[in-house]
Amino acid sequence: MTIAWYLAVSALIFAIGAGGVLVRRNPLVVLLCLELMLNAANLALIGFSRMWGNGDGQVFALIVMVVAACEVTVGLGVIVAMHRLRLPVDVDTMRELQG
Amino acid sequence: MISAVLFFIAAAGTLAGAIGVIVLKDPFYCVLALVGHLLSLAVLFLLLHAEFVAAAQVIVYAGAVMVLYVFVVSYVGGQNLPSGQGPGRAGTLGAFACAGALVIELFIAALGSGLHAIGTDGAHYAAGFGTPEAIGSLLLTKFLIPFEVASYLLLIAAVGAVTLARRRGGLDDRGDGTPTISVMEFMRPRPFGSGTMAEGFGHADALSVQHSAQRQERET
Repeated sequence: MTIAWYLAVSALIFAIGAGGVLVRRNPLVVLLCLELMLNAANLALIGFSRMWGNGDGQVFALIVMVVAACEVTVGLGVIVAMHRLRLPVDVDTMRELQG
Repeated sequence: MISAVLFFIAAAGTLAGAIGVIVLKDPFYCVLALVGHLLSLAVLFLLLHAEFVAAAQVIVYAGAVMVLYVFVVSYVGGQNLPSGQGPGRAGTLGAFACAGALVIELFIAALGSGLHAIGTDGAHYAAGFGTPEAIGSLLLTKFLIPFEVASYLLLIAAVGAVTLARRRGGLDDRGDGTPTISVMEFMRPRPFGSGTMAEGFGHADALSVQHSAQRQERET
């Protein structure tokens, strides 16, 4: 398969993730959709890495995975804190950072 | 030929998993769909000769990160049905129109670019391309600084998560209604018997009574 096929799959996954972020209201699922978008970027990076026959893109994908893990950790920590403060777990009602 | 068949199976798996994440109602099933998506994506990585990244994807992502998700979903639990109105029919349609426009734009950007190599199976690669050895030597020579920065980022994120999801609801209330936090909170020894797992589950009323008694004692 040519690299273009992988890029097409990557674009589709990215758009599905973006649509999910716009539609869903549960912050857990919004985080999952962000994961989808990061994974689409990873697929494109690895596709280009294969295209050039160069390992740099794969290292970049690993760094993106680290950043995604950090984002998940902090995001889930925020959700747990929201839950403990008895706030509704809903992105539409979270409009301010304080409290 | 077999790689083409494998590609289409894995691509269908990734897309089905992605659609499952945004369509399914129960967050548990969303996480499960994402696990399927990640495993299919690892197959795609293998087809692109990224063996180490595929292995890291399965172990770190589909293994560790998803376990974290499952724990948080089961902890937050019953509140996962949002109250009130959703984005509405027009909002949903608008969101999917945005997503469709994004697909078209990305297709034009990627496939309509002047990169001729995009229509090939990729350049010739040296032996050992994508193996742990090659990635490791890249990480420790050419990309040493990004590697170190990534480790610091993980450390900071871990400290931040512990701070946010700490026992007693993240931020302490100082009595005047404003939650505050300071570095000194971490220096102060915690009361005896607190910080246990039983307390985290809310089964330690006796302990919390003891805790508040000790706190009052300290304040007076």
